[in-house]
Amino acid sequence: MALYSDKVMDHFRNPRNVGVIEDADGIGEVGNAKCGDIMKIYLKIENDIIVDVKFETFGCGSAIASSSMATELIKGKPVSQALELTNKAVVEALDGLPAHKLHCSVLAEEAIKAALKDYYDKNGIEYDHSQFPDCESCGHCCEV
Amino acid sequence: MHIYLDNAATTKMSKAAIEAMLPYMDTVYGNPSSLHSAGQRANEALAESRERIAKQLGCDAQEITFTSGGSEADNQAIISAARIGEKKGKKHIISTAFEHHAVLHTLNKLEKEGFEITLLDVHENGIVLPEQVANAIREDTCLVTVMYANNEIGTIQPIKEIGQICRENGVLFHTDAVQAAGHLRIDVKEQNIDMLSLSAHKFHGPKGIGALYAKKGVRLTGLIEGGAQERGKRAGTENIPAIVGMAAALEEACAHIDNSARKMTALRDRLIAGISEIPHSVLNGDAKKRLPGNVNFCFEGIEGESLLLLLDDKGICASSGSACTSGSLDPSHVLLAIGRIHDIAHGSLRLTLSEENTQEEIEYTINAVKEVVAYLRSISPVWRDLVSGKKEFIIK
Repeated sequence: MALYSDKVMDHFRNPRNVGVIEDADGIGEVGNAKCGDIMKIYLKIENDIIVDVKFETFGCGSAIASSSMATELIKGKPVSQALELTNKAVVEALDGLPAHKLHCSVLAEEAIKAALKDYYDKNGIEYDHSQFPDCESCGHCCEV
Repeated sequence: MHIYLDNAATTKMSKAAIEAMLPYMDTVYGNPSSLHSAGQRANEALAESRERIAKQLGCDAQEITFTSGGSEADNQAIISAARIGEKKGKKHIISTAFEHHAVLHTLNKLEKEGFEITLLDVHENGIVLPEQVANAIREDTCLVTVMYANNEIGTIQPIKEIGQICRENGVLFHTDAVQAAGHLRIDVKEQNIDMLSLSAHKFHGPKGIGALYAKKGVRLTGLIEGGAQERGKRAGTENIPAIVGMAAALEEACAHIDNSARKMTALRDRLIAGISEIPHSVLNGDAKKRLPGNVNFCFEGIEGESLLLLLDDKGICASSGSACTSGSLDPSHVLLAIGRIHDIAHGSLRLTLSEENTQEEIEYTINAVKEVVAYLRSISPVWRDLVSGKKEFIIK
């Protein structure tokens, strides 16, 4: 289907880092079933480095591909770098997303942030609250 | 493997339709409005096609107006009835919650003009009851418009009974028969239908052509200004090749309507039985009172677009009512109308058959759907919560 780039289709068909981390150090879940997409990210963090990351996604092709790409982009990276991941970086790495699918990349960014926030909270690490958006969902269907 | 199971979206053109059309693109290319012999030959084809289509619907040729398709026919029927009604001070229209957008959006437009619209509930089985129509009719009702069969879930409506009620109350009755024409027997006289829309590409005819039947005496309002084609009710040079193709396709479809219905019904029921084996799945719409070629399911814990993409990878062309495939934030209004909540409606799958589908294709499809649903559930956090008991299943 020409709707998506080859990169999106590759990550959709062969998603990287699918699964669960049982003893995760941080878990983030965003989106809601009413909107049709939910992403859940699991992080394993050692010495401030994301040594493992897994995801589960309920959603469309671009939601699955965005989660897969986002996990690839933060794997092995320091927490500080993962916090800087933007949805734009996910979109670029996927060679673009259709305009009406951009929210999927926003969801991926927010899922990772939510997992990092969970890691900070669990470990009593101080952080700048403004780094994390209030709205736990992607915001695209708050008005529904 | 290429399995086309999206015949409610559009169909492959029949050989009969293609062959009928070819001369009208090649040798008989005149404009039917022209006086010369080339034009008159086209005009004859136009008249003959109109006769042939009218015959299949049980009406007179003068009662057929050619349009660009089902949407235009729906628009014109509703607008015409509204104009007739408002002259008499009647500005109330009755329809159902799960009509095609060609109907619903036209009704929205009229609502903004001051018409009052009543949308009837279609229940969980996707069928409106004649009594509901009877109860909703008021002194100022000018039109009842109820689709013949639903485009997503295929449920067939009690058209004749609704038509009877409308007759008794002196209210015009329109039916959007886009999904029914060529698949179910239609007789506008016997079924008390005043106006009916159809579209050629849903019964193996060409795209971009449709027809509006309007009973003699129902004054149509033109939507397109210009020449005096179609007795002044639809300007623009007639699309002769498409009109000829539509007549050929409809004739052919109606000629073996019972055989193809029997064949498709058997395939449909096998498909329904096979897919029903998937746990936490539900058939949308009445199991029996549905189009012979329509299958529509919801699967809990997955989303429809990813389901379609993975089925496409396996060579299966299907459709879904998920928000992601509709291009809006909401899933299908049809699924919402039969009471499926958003979470469930996102995980829908529509498979629509033609008589060309085979038993083998159906078995392959059943297995493919099972595999893909199981895979998507295995990566779904929603499914994990359901299985672990953290959330309750909605589809038992």
